[in-house]
Amino acid sequence: MAASTAVRSSMGLTFRLSRVIRQCSASPFYRLNSCVDGFALLSKQGFPGGLQTLNRQLQTTMGVCHNDVGNSNAEDPKDVVNVVYVDRSGKRIPVRAKVGDNAMYLAHRHGIELEGACEASLACSTCHVYVSSDHLDKLPDPDEREDDMLDMAPLLQENSRLGCQIILTLEMEGIELTLPKVTRNFYVDGHVPKPH
Amino acid sequence: LRVEWRRSRSEVEGWIWGRRSASSAAHQKVCVVGGGPAGFYTAQHLLKDVQVDIYERLPVPFGLVRFGVAPDHPEVKNVISTFTQTAHHARCCYYGNVNVGTDVSVEELREAYHAVVLSYGAEGNRSMGVPGEDLEGVYPAKDFVGWYNGLPSNRELNPGLDCETAVILGQGNVALDVARILLSPIDELKKTDITQRSLDALAQSQVRRVLIVGRRGPLQIAGTIKELREMVNLPDTKPEMVASEFEGMAEALKVIPRPRKRLTELMLKTAVDPPAEKERQRRQAASRSWGLRFLRSPLEVLAGPDGARVAGIRLAVNRLEGTGDGSVAVPTGEVETMDCGLVITSIGYKSLPIDPAVPFDPRKAIVPNSLGRVQQAAGLYCSGWLKTGPVGVIATTMNNSFDTAHSVVEDLTSGCLDATSAKPGSTGIGPLLDKRGVKPVSFSDWEKINQEERRRGAAQGKPREKLLDVEEMLKTVPLLGRGFLM
Repeated sequence: MAASTAVRSSMGLTFRLSRVIRQCSASPFYRLNSCVDGFALLSKQGFPGGLQTLNRQLQTTMGVCHNDVGNSNAEDPKDVVNVVYVDRSGKRIPVRAKVGDNAMYLAHRHGIELEGACEASLACSTCHVYVSSDHLDKLPDPDEREDDMLDMAPLLQENSRLGCQIILTLEMEGIELTLPKVTRNFYVDGHVPKPH
Repeated sequence: LRVEWRRSRSEVEGWIWGRRSASSAAHQKVCVVGGGPAGFYTAQHLLKDVQVDIYERLPVPFGLVRFGVAPDHPEVKNVISTFTQTAHHARCCYYGNVNVGTDVSVEELREAYHAVVLSYGAEGNRSMGVPGEDLEGVYPAKDFVGWYNGLPSNRELNPGLDCETAVILGQGNVALDVARILLSPIDELKKTDITQRSLDALAQSQVRRVLIVGRRGPLQIAGTIKELREMVNLPDTKPEMVASEFEGMAEALKVIPRPRKRLTELMLKTAVDPPAEKERQRRQAASRSWGLRFLRSPLEVLAGPDGARVAGIRLAVNRLEGTGDGSVAVPTGEVETMDCGLVITSIGYKSLPIDPAVPFDPRKAIVPNSLGRVQQAAGLYCSGWLKTGPVGVIATTMNNSFDTAHSVVEDLTSGCLDATSAKPGSTGIGPLLDKRGVKPVSFSDWEKINQEERRRGAAQGKPREKLLDVEEMLKTVPLLGRGFLM
């Protein structure tokens, strides 16, 4: 079934591609930021001979990109917690997670650009997120060590928490975790604009 | 499947359609100078689009994460896993043991690459600029930290630790780290990656009292609460504060932002509040002490009878003009002397110019830039402390580096940099280095050095025993410099 879907899909690709190729006259640079390894694989292998190889590589790419299942394949509806991440560009990314998931590692699994420099050991503030106000009190109070690290995070707000300390429970259903817009906010003279 | 398909389609379109640019994407080459956190974080973001080569002066990577972060803060070093992942990326190459400025010039790099990002940090020290600074027993904190962290150029520091009192000028996290390492129980330190040489020296140390001196007041200290808490909780030590220096703080607490508030509360609690019985007993039994002193600026380091070693420090007493972060220390005319046998100046790192072709602001000691784009130098960028000055923790450098990477990618895609003509990248630089007798160390070479360090450390119950000598590092790598192109 997967094979025939792929074939049907690749036929569609050929049509769309031929339309595109006819139209273009300059060579724009495409940013492939969703599947770096897949692209690296393709570019390392060079131009394949013909569409058959293309098809095979397409499936490889699709295989590599298909990653939103997370840790478990057997989804028990009782355990599902729906989370929405809001990335730095404001894009909302809904994620189906489960009870017990760590919000930082969950973000990593879904390609959300939340760093975790110290690997959840309360020694940095790179996984800093803002928690939706409705859900803030559903989280257990921060450890003194988490507060100490949060104190160093730029753009600290009342609803700031470290993502690596958020372990999902059913009460957190619908929680929204927003990444602080720290980029472009550091000026040469060290001036940091106040949050709005 | 539909959503996956759409994503894959645009990828394939981009690949086939922009096949020429896809291969020129593979040909877009950026060089990063400096293999510390700024270099690696900048590379991490650039790698989504281009080939990145990281050049590092030492054979070993990671900069201040290896040589600056205290040995008893191993979790902070976890970021090395992220950097290692970056180095293993198909489009990333690491070239250690290459000194940009002497082995190869920035101009040569700019010819070989589409863009060059300078991320070489701050290797110099701010000096006090007072008489006596050159006496024996006076050390910049950066060198002291480099000594216990195994930085090859600080290997022979041999600081004298046979005095009772040490004075540290400066109240940032580096000052607090130095105080903590000077006073930590040896049993704690011996489990860390502190160098054996410095561990042995600290085991013989007679230092029992450390005063951490700042030119402004308690509300201006640059250290953060985690490090202060570690001092407060340090086994076998007691705080020695002057309660009167904290007058008026309780009032000020009401109106300050949270991070400053929590830090000040901890200081007040430690300095002013009578301790609970258990804490009182703990302090009574402690054999070592530490304290913060405020409103003091160094005037002169005083020598002892031999005229060569430090025996004390003369300080100007200040008052504060203004409040908060913007307040300024103004001398009152009063002067004070502190006896001490060790002076450590922790008043800031400083970037140095490494190549005359690169614009440099000597007053701010940074490369003048806007959002990481070096002024009047198309294709040249900077990130990390070289960009903003030597302030901030790893997270700050991370954000700063991501910003610069963003500027680079923006310029490459907008056409404001010539990104379509092919550049040789490392195939251009390799022959130059070879001719000059430079043998680059690859990332897998570093991994051999890493293995050797871990092996030696395991014998001592430590995570690693760092190699202290560049020659020794190079000897650890078989067939060094066999192939510049990995």
